[in-house]
Amino acid sequence: MSTTYTIPVGPVHVGLKEPVTAWLELDGERIMGAKVRPGAIHRGIEFMARERSPIQVIYLSERICGICSFSHALCFIRAVEDLANLSVPARGQYIRTLVLELERLHSHLLWSGVACYTIGFDSAFHLGMQLRERVMDILELLTGNRVNYGVATFGGVRWDVTPELAKATREMIRYYRREFTPFREIVMEDPVAHARMRNVGVLSRDDAVRYSATGPTARASGLRVDLRKNSPYEAYADIPVEPVVPQDYFGKTHGDVLDRFAVRVLEVYQSLDIMEKVLDGLPEGSFVAEPNLNKVLASLKKAEGTGWGIIEAPRGDNTHIVRLKGGDDNVFWWKVRAPTYANAVSWPLMFCGNELADAPLIINSIDPCISCMERMLVTNGNGDSGIVTSGIITKEELVGRCRQKTFDIQARGLGGTER
Amino acid sequence: MTAIFTLFLKIFAGVALMALVVVLALLFEGADRIVHAKMQRRVGPPLFQPIYDILKLMGKENIVPRRAARFFFGLAPWLTLVVSLMVFLYIPTGSFPAVLGTEGDMILVIYLLAMGGLTLALGGFASGNPIANIGAGREITLMMSYEFPLAIVISTLAWVAYRSGMPGSPFSLETFAAMSIWKVVGKIGTFGLFCLFLSLVFVVPGETGKGPMDIPEAKTEILDGLIIEYSGVNLALLKVSFALRPFAIAAFVTVLFVPVSFSSLLGVGGFIIAIFDFLFFWIKVFAIQMVFVTWMRTAFGRLKIWQASQFYIVKVAGLSIAGMLLLSIDVLVR
Repeated sequence: MSTTYTIPVGPVHVGLKEPVTAWLELDGERIMGAKVRPGAIHRGIEFMARERSPIQVIYLSERICGICSFSHALCFIRAVEDLANLSVPARGQYIRTLVLELERLHSHLLWSGVACYTIGFDSAFHLGMQLRERVMDILELLTGNRVNYGVATFGGVRWDVTPELAKATREMIRYYRREFTPFREIVMEDPVAHARMRNVGVLSRDDAVRYSATGPTARASGLRVDLRKNSPYEAYADIPVEPVVPQDYFGKTHGDVLDRFAVRVLEVYQSLDIMEKVLDGLPEGSFVAEPNLNKVLASLKKAEGTGWGIIEAPRGDNTHIVRLKGGDDNVFWWKVRAPTYANAVSWPLMFCGNELADAPLIINSIDPCISCMERMLVTNGNGDSGIVTSGIITKEELVGRCRQKTFDIQARGLGGTER
Repeated sequence: MTAIFTLFLKIFAGVALMALVVVLALLFEGADRIVHAKMQRRVGPPLFQPIYDILKLMGKENIVPRRAARFFFGLAPWLTLVVSLMVFLYIPTGSFPAVLGTEGDMILVIYLLAMGGLTLALGGFASGNPIANIGAGREITLMMSYEFPLAIVISTLAWVAYRSGMPGSPFSLETFAAMSIWKVVGKIGTFGLFCLFLSLVFVVPGETGKGPMDIPEAKTEILDGLIIEYSGVNLALLKVSFALRPFAIAAFVTVLFVPVSFSSLLGVGGFIIAIFDFLFFWIKVFAIQMVFVTWMRTAFGRLKIWQASQFYIVKVAGLSIAGMLLLSIDVLVR
């Protein structure tokens, strides 16, 4: 006789970094179905932005996520620069690229550690955390902060890369080339880690396309998608970036957790290469177009229109859409789409057929950032909110819903209710 | 009169030994945590941290979930502690005979070790929490997997002791403590014994729920599973049992395979030598615990339950059967 029962993983769970609930339907240890319910930490951050000036929103946008804080800030800034036609000096662009790569390095190192912790491999977790300290130190040296850097501003960056800092960064790159390889070998060649990660949480190439996966999750399923190559921004126009896909290294794509691990680990090396190229090609000149923030604010007050910023954050593509209204001090409308939202819809698919023991690892495998994601809840009519799994939202359905939402907004008048 | 005196002496020795092993087990766990931390390039807690933890938990409220089977939920921690402690009454320490050595043998020790897992599972099932139920199910599955190689090891050792004419009862631990089994076998037999030794030490993490086999408690999967609903004194008792279980099986392995002692090396007896043997015994236990519990749990991640089961039923059982065959050949050839 086979009976299924349902247990929750989350919202607060040791294996999860942030609160999200996965209701798992189990038959013994095997997962027969899953229902993912976000909504525990919705913060209404976009609403808060409507009472702040664009400069203040930079610092608000950094607080969307602690790990990819620079990505969010830069994405917002690029959206505003897009609508206000602000230009950025070449040195500013290079420094932005450097910080982006430092952030990617630190995000991937953190994730690798947490993934090891999830499979009970505490030693590798501590090793990963120890490795991560060095890049945090460099970020602190560059920006004065370890988490929310506060380095990005309209038309450039706030701090320059001094020769001493460049030297320290080069030393850091050498440190990682030397010290990261043992960590990679410990984890990727460990039989137990291999047994826990191979063929777990498989997302096939077709499903990755169908459910709009982005970033390392999509690349681990074999898709050659990387905004740094597909639509280059900042210094990536000068520095060619090749998407890291598992088939180039293993000869075959499994689309499982080990592939996601491998993609992130190999991207660490790629980041080190990019950082080296950025430091080699760092142009002379100013690093910010207009250092006087009052002048920037005055010009932004006159700006009107919709701006769009999209960059490749460590977890996937990050989109910010900003609307400013001429004569208004504050941001009129702001929409954030974090990569976790795109990747989380494939969770129920990854769960099915795996075991309860794999569930936290599968949740963590897309490197979820629930705080980034929780900007929108889908309600299915009877007040039952969450990402609905009995019918998983497919790409077509999502596009349809987005269009419907746009039509609704247009019918009500732009930007929802007028303030 | 003598019988009553012996009874009192035994009660006194038993109580003293139990008090000693509880303190020693907690200290060993403290050392285990420090060594584990050092291997991970951390500082780690102070040596007495497990004792502080127990003292703190003793003063906390004992919460029983509404849906729990109250009687079994409360009984399970006490039973686990008692069976974990009882193991030591049947294990000879150094040159000192076991307190109740004449009343039980290896088979009883195996039952007591298995009983510890069973009572834990009982508490898990009684708590009425689905996560604890999963943990209890995993504990039972794991136990069914490692009991098979364990049984092969024990029966083979007893058979070898019987056939090679070691003095004493073949199933008695005193027999193995008094004379090293490595001395009674030939070259093939030594190899076979080594296989049995390896099988037994692979059972250690499973038996103790540590290292790659911490599946029933798996913190990041099922939130400490079995003990999720326990708190206060109940949890303190379980923590003591968790410290005692690796200690008990390490002592068991020591008696069976590493019976080397000063008295057997020097060929002399006496109370002073016996005291040294007693200390040396705990040092050997500590070494075994460091290698097969601390090192194993540092070096490996956690397996899944079917992987652990497969490991025990296929690989470890295969190893123990190979050991058994080699020993049979050795005994039959000679």
